[in-house]
Amino acid sequence: MRLLRKLLGFFALVGVAFAAIVVYRRRFAVRKERVDLYYEDGSLVSLEEGSAGAERLLAHAHDAVASARAA
Amino acid sequence: MGAGDALQRLIEESAQIEAACMFDADGTTEASTLTDESATRSLVEAARALVSEAENRPRDPDAGPLAQLEVATHDGSVFVVREGDRAVVAVTKPEPTVGLVFYDLKSCLRTTRGETNSRPRRRGADSEEASTSETAA
Repeated sequence: MRLLRKLLGFFALVGVAFAAIVVYRRRFAVRKERVDLYYEDGSLVSLEEGSAGAERLLAHAHDAVASARAA
Repeated sequence: MGAGDALQRLIEESAQIEAACMFDADGTTEASTLTDESATRSLVEAARALVSEAENRPRDPDAGPLAQLEVATHDGSVFVVREGDRAVVAVTKPEPTVGLVFYDLKSCLRTTRGETNSRPRRRGADSEEASTSETAA
């Protein structure tokens, strides 16, 4: 009986820890900026913030957002 | 439908799109939802720079030319859709419904090209075929 209680307590603790990690990641994880390039054959190239070539594209995109909101 | 009317309808129907401009290959602006001319010019220049930069990237030769792109930033997303010599750029709120925005932009470009006028005819042709097969059955 005591062993069963300990086991239940352990699993409850694991469950709570898992739920806390999920909530934390959803709420506080910072989404990375990214670039998706779609080609005519249907292929897609995705570049994440920090990858080669993404920075210049992101800079142009920031300019575009700023221009749209400046008006 | 004119480019200006198409963009106006785009803005009215899509709550996610904040601003949009239609332009051609040499950067001439056809229409814009922005009232400020310099803001329109800056937006079109940024869109052209994006496309040019994206096209200069090394890629699979079988992939063909760039058709469309989306750049997701923390402040909002930028979409560019091209068809032939024309393109439309749109700026949205952060985390938009990507597929829906692309669909709206493509529809907008096609509307100004007059393709949507052929749709009802095609549907009519389909329904005629359906009624013919029903009659035959």
